[in-house]
Amino acid sequence: MIRYTIGRLTSLCLSLLVASMVIFAVVEVVPGDPAAYMLGVNARPDTVAALRTELGLDVSKPERYLAWTTGMLSGDFGQSYTYRTPVSQMILDRVWVSVPLALFALTLTILIAFPAGIYAASRRGRAGDMTVMGATQFGVAVPNFWFAMILVLIFAIKLRWFSAGGFPGWENGLFTGLKALLLPAIALALPQAAILARVMRSSLLDMLNEDFIRTARAKGLNRRQALWRHAVRNALIPVLTIIGLQFSFLLAGGIVIEQVFFLPGLGRLIFQAISSRDLIVVESVVMLLVFLVIVVNFAVDLAYALVDPRLRTRS
Amino acid sequence: MKHLTALILASSTALFATAAAADQTNIRVAMQLEPPNLDPTAGAAQAVDSVVYSNIFEGLTRFMSDGSVVPGLAESWEISDDGLVYTFHLRSGVTFHDGSTMDAEDVKFSLDRARAEDSTNAQKALFAGITDVTVVDPLTVQITLGEPNGAMLFNLAWGDAVIVAPESIADAATHPIGTGAFMFDNWVQGDHIDIVRNPNYWGTPAALESATFRFISDPTAAFAAMMAEDVDVFVGFPAPENLPQFEADPRFQVLVGNTEGETILAMNNAQAPFDNVLVREAVAHAIDRQAVIDGAMYGIGTPIGTHFAPHNPDYVDLTALSAYDPDRSRELLAEAGFPDGFTTTLKLPPPSYARRGGEIIASQLRAVGINAEIENQEWAQWLENTFRGYDFGMTIVSHTEPMDIGIYANPEYYFQYDNPDFQALMTTLTSTTDPEERSNLLAQAQTMIAEDYVVGFLFELAVPTVARAGIEGLWLNQPTAAIDLTGVSWP
Repeated sequence: MIRYTIGRLTSLCLSLLVASMVIFAVVEVVPGDPAAYMLGVNARPDTVAALRTELGLDVSKPERYLAWTTGMLSGDFGQSYTYRTPVSQMILDRVWVSVPLALFALTLTILIAFPAGIYAASRRGRAGDMTVMGATQFGVAVPNFWFAMILVLIFAIKLRWFSAGGFPGWENGLFTGLKALLLPAIALALPQAAILARVMRSSLLDMLNEDFIRTARAKGLNRRQALWRHAVRNALIPVLTIIGLQFSFLLAGGIVIEQVFFLPGLGRLIFQAISSRDLIVVESVVMLLVFLVIVVNFAVDLAYALVDPRLRTRS
Repeated sequence: MKHLTALILASSTALFATAAAADQTNIRVAMQLEPPNLDPTAGAAQAVDSVVYSNIFEGLTRFMSDGSVVPGLAESWEISDDGLVYTFHLRSGVTFHDGSTMDAEDVKFSLDRARAEDSTNAQKALFAGITDVTVVDPLTVQITLGEPNGAMLFNLAWGDAVIVAPESIADAATHPIGTGAFMFDNWVQGDHIDIVRNPNYWGTPAALESATFRFISDPTAAFAAMMAEDVDVFVGFPAPENLPQFEADPRFQVLVGNTEGETILAMNNAQAPFDNVLVREAVAHAIDRQAVIDGAMYGIGTPIGTHFAPHNPDYVDLTALSAYDPDRSRELLAEAGFPDGFTTTLKLPPPSYARRGGEIIASQLRAVGINAEIENQEWAQWLENTFRGYDFGMTIVSHTEPMDIGIYANPEYYFQYDNPDFQALMTTLTSTTDPEERSNLLAQAQTMIAEDYVVGFLFELAVPTVARAGIEGLWLNQPTAAIDLTGVSWP
């Protein structure tokens, strides 16, 4: 288990290093100068030059890369060009929206998908299965921002139960915060739950055909006991993979939902930073997302080992 | 028990009553873009001025909603007979929000900072004519110019010319300290900015106790936020297609005001085929302006025939020069040597006037044989490649700075119009202070660029504001980007 963990950790560090190079290279290649963007169409060339100096943009790219990466190691992400505030503070503020939103959505996803998937698998080919499969087909096909708009139309404009968007901040209480995130979380969760339910169902059905289930049944367990005691746990491996991917998606892919609900999350930050060429913010946020995705994958790898003992010894 | 219920009911009614009354002194204002910082003297982002202009920061002079320039922190002024020395008398008893006194030293600091060599003021050109700023006494300051400048009082009204204090300017990006009727309170980046009433304001105190600015860029979300009454006012409402719905709803009022935004189809005057005036004229006649306004802006906007705001008293209506006439357009193209038309590029920045307008214009151009290949660009990309790199045939952009006809006198400006006569005219205009003479020169300038068909003059951008019914005192027009809340009140 220790060797397995060390192996995964090494690959994690290498991935981060490569990612930092790729991100820096890609972002720096994009045309557009943050100073020119900030000063607009009436600025004189000498004013733009003065601002470039002030922002530290006249330093060579390798030097900027080194300053950025070494700074990050000590938690210093530098200073935003347009906002003129420390990037780490900006990210921290946004993480408190994006991560709870992703976790909230993931929880809803699992709460919907697990029962639906297990139910459908246990009713294979019957009306219940058909209903779940039909609903999930719809869920997979419809984009989350459409769900978002429908939810806003019903619950914010017609019923007036919720705000149409915005985030009041956690300092106004846990309930207020969760209430503001509920509609976005549902909109994010529905398509993901549909995907996960289908994976859960097919993974379970595969397991139900395995020899060990037949053995369990032969030993006297009924269909239901065999399903719960043996099939579900084994079916979890592909499901975990999907959950890992989904968390990454929910974290980074909330951009559109954050726009629809005007939430001050990481997605919106990155969106604004790209259009204003706030390169250091773009680089740092993308790096953070890569870091989170890699860490989640690492956690999923470890979770495999917990679910499947063979992985612990194999490597 | 009955009494207890009654008591709870009564107290909760009282609670709601106070909550409702408290609502009337706060206003929630939405706009599309969030300001990147709150220092109006260090960037071109209009969103900065929208929040801070007149609310937090004030200049020596200021704009009113109708575009007129009135005294601001300067109570009065005298101009020497040669037009070179402006003596400003400052109001007494003006303090910054941190309690320090605003005096002539602050004025000198602000203006010297804006025109300094290492200045990062986006409108540095406004201060170019100033050769010296002298403190006469704490309430009197003298500005000396190198040559007369008829637009000086106008220039000093811009958000880029506000008076700041040397002690607090370093933090202005995140914690602005000005002299205005509102003080900065709090900024949750990405979400909202709060301002509160300044109890020590030198002028008429604001009717509102506090205001919150929120930033909603998505048009659908803007509609939802207004409909759900999450915000009270939306300035620059981004979904013009929904305006009739708000007009029909008694909960709301819709104001459509004018801006200083001349929207133009710029052509690259230094590059073939647009170096030929016949081709440019052909383009002008190929465009049906009203169709563009109806299709791209849902009918709001005024056609223009030159680079000047139609609501300005000095405006000359030259739209007839560019009247929609596709046959004439085809004739001119043939005369210019392009009987079968030609192919060019049309670079479009993100705003909907450009993206939606661009598609309509491309189809109108195709009707006379000009094939404009559309390329959508982000602002940063547009600034680098199109604006500074001159890599374009045509592009659409709205020039929102007030009184900016002078851009046609700069041969290096992106459309590269190089006409010595026009440049001379602008030099004369700058040094002319007599109003009647200025008016005459401005008319000549408008006619000159219209007859040269420098660019395709499209329309003056309009700004729709949606607000809760009964709110009074909002600016109708946008002579400069501003959401001036100092005179705003609930019924």
